[in-house]
Amino acid sequence: AAEMRIAKMEGEGARAVPLAGHVGFDSMPDQLVNKSVNHGFCFNILCVGETGLGKSTLMDTLFNTKFEGEPTQHNQPGVTLKSNTYELQESNVRLKLTVVNTVGFGDQINKEDSYKSIVEFIDAQFEAYLQEELKIKRTLHSYHDTRIHACLYFIAPTGHSLKSLDLVTMKKLDSKVNIIPIIAKSDAISKSELAKFKIKITSELVSNGVQIYQFPTDDESVAEINSTMNSHLPFAVVGSTEEVKIGNKMVKARQYPWGTVQVENENHCDFVKLREMLIRVNMEDLREQTHTRHYELYRRCKLEEMGFKDTDPDSKPFSLQETYEAKRNEFMGELQKKEEEMRQMFVQRVKEKEAELKEAEKELHEKFDRLKKLHQDEKKKLEEKKKSLDDELNTFKQKKTAAELLQNQAQQAGGSTTLKRDKERKK
Amino acid sequence: MLSPPTTCYLLLLQAHRSQRGFFEFPNHGSPQAKGDKTNGSDFGYVGIDAILEQMRRKAMKQGFEFNIMVVGQSGLGKSTLMNTLFKSKVSRKSVQPNPEERIPKTIEIKSISHDIEEKGVRMKLTVIDTPGFGDQINNENCWQPIMKFINDQYEAYLQEEINIDRKKRIPDSRVHCCIYFIPPTGHCLRPLDVEFMRRLSKVVNIVPVIAKADTLTLEERDYFKQTIREELRANGIDVYPQKEFDEDAEDRMINDKIREMIPFAVVGSDQEYQVNGKRILGRKTKWGTIEVENIAHCEFAYLRDLLIRTHMQNIKDITGSIHYETYRVRRLNESNGHFTPHPSDHPLWRNLCNCYPMQMFWFFFFKLPTK
Repeated sequence: AAEMRIAKMEGEGARAVPLAGHVGFDSMPDQLVNKSVNHGFCFNILCVGETGLGKSTLMDTLFNTKFEGEPTQHNQPGVTLKSNTYELQESNVRLKLTVVNTVGFGDQINKEDSYKSIVEFIDAQFEAYLQEELKIKRTLHSYHDTRIHACLYFIAPTGHSLKSLDLVTMKKLDSKVNIIPIIAKSDAISKSELAKFKIKITSELVSNGVQIYQFPTDDESVAEINSTMNSHLPFAVVGSTEEVKIGNKMVKARQYPWGTVQVENENHCDFVKLREMLIRVNMEDLREQTHTRHYELYRRCKLEEMGFKDTDPDSKPFSLQETYEAKRNEFMGELQKKEEEMRQMFVQRVKEKEAELKEAEKELHEKFDRLKKLHQDEKKKLEEKKKSLDDELNTFKQKKTAAELLQNQAQQAGGSTTLKRDKERKK
Repeated sequence: MLSPPTTCYLLLLQAHRSQRGFFEFPNHGSPQAKGDKTNGSDFGYVGIDAILEQMRRKAMKQGFEFNIMVVGQSGLGKSTLMNTLFKSKVSRKSVQPNPEERIPKTIEIKSISHDIEEKGVRMKLTVIDTPGFGDQINNENCWQPIMKFINDQYEAYLQEEINIDRKKRIPDSRVHCCIYFIPPTGHCLRPLDVEFMRRLSKVVNIVPVIAKADTLTLEERDYFKQTIREELRANGIDVYPQKEFDEDAEDRMINDKIREMIPFAVVGSDQEYQVNGKRILGRKTKWGTIEVENIAHCEFAYLRDLLIRTHMQNIKDITGSIHYETYRVRRLNESNGHFTPHPSDHPLWRNLCNCYPMQMFWFFFFKLPTK
């Protein structure tokens, strides 16, 4: 066969070419969307906040459904994360929504480690994805993505400033997840206090270097609304699943003796803004940021931690080879060590058992000897006894014989006298 | 007298599309997402379906990539067909006119990229030409350089994918679709055709077409197609759309219809002629003008619809989630030559090495230079 020569021609970048008619690839976004619709979407929200800030109620309100049956039990020490997955559907879109709640956050006397279980949980989801991605036979296409796409941080409506727990926790989370801070139960604060509160919170976040999620402004179709909303952060929300009649409509609201707070009234709270940003405008961006930024960071750190490095193109074959050889030797060494250890242990066990058995054997022998001796002694005693008995018997026999002899002689000599005597007796 | 399978296919496709909702009219969006957003009158509406619009926006912004390879002997109209498909001069010949028009002595692989845009949708189209294929006297192993090229693209993608510090979007140079040109002999597949398609169908999506179909009458064409289909079946060659990748009953129905029609008999042209007052693409001969986009004349429109208008995304998905993954599995296993069984799949290993760093070593072994 002739020699094959491959000449790959790198185009000088791609040329822009005008089309002389309708080709039809403008349907590609539709094709892509269609595929996603068939596949379904998934979205995972983490709610971090102290007990009683209305996290569950807000989720119910956001998604217009009642998620959980009973309120969560607050009897565990430490902070636990409870995750629930729900299948929602709206028109032709199927959403697998996972809501993760922090149970017991802020309940402890010592809150130093409160953030840890949250960070661990977030990392665990990244880890699971990483492991799937690195499998030989993987099924990324059908993998149920559990990575947290948005973290709603519930700030208590004190009206003053952030708690140190909030700052510490948000600082630990900002490089791992998209944080959207919200002021919970904001109907407890008056409008003027709220404005001051928001400013205080924002400045505290900035001065502490906490990176919260910014709604993206690079796409011109949503740049305006997103940048407006960015200035309204943190959103002051009120949640309610109860309906109250206002005018001739039923609306979601909280009814007080002095008035009714309407959840979807933008003059009353920022709930609508939150829903708009979180779900209707930026859900996809939240997912993308999680994957391309937070997950990539996790992955890079994890791999670097384990000693893997991208080699520079010059030294490519050699240092890779070295790394490979080194890792392989390390691994083989460990394997051998383990094997050796196991063998040693085995030998040791065998020896021990052997000694044990020997000991037992010895004991048995001794016992046997003892018993034998005992038996011999017994036997001897018995024999002696028998002998003495025999002797006695012999003696007796002799005596008996002698006595009988004497009797016979006596009978012959005075046999009648005895008769006489007997007769006399009878009389 | 056989009538060409006409509008029923297209209609079916239309019905299917609107059923699935992906060929809805432009700007269908989600009415509520655009309309009253803020003032609570959309009671009960959450807005989850707005994610479709968000995805569309993202896709428009990012643009799409599509890499198509053409394989066939010289003179079968490959360049012309590419130009006709994409309605512009995308083929290599158009970009680099070769005055001598020599047939290369060996197979060359030449790829050229274009940025095209239609109604705001941007696409980077790469056309990979394989001049010299099947042109030699001895064509043994002529598929090898093509195989190698395809595998090299998978390799490049894999290398980027396992970098520690990797790009946000891995550039996709993988061959999504390979159009194989069958000369219009009218009889059956040649051994070269069978051999090539048999090997390549395992690593890439193959779309066979009958080239220069204007030399066949409708009966000859149908007979030829039937023969080809039987030969493909007999040789176990799975061309696109592959039966085993049908996702559901709906898919299977659509794809079965397509499978009954392949290979498409095509005619290409970049010349426009006036027919019945309209300017259409065609080939003018003394006995009439063959209208390229007229399905009564040839099946170009079906090919175009399949490749571009309805199944382009699916073609890319199959490349990514099946062909690429197959390559990856093979490649990762290769480099684990000394170690069996494969730790990630063997339960014994899992128990033995509890810490997964052991597991992950395997995946970095393959960074070794290929043998």
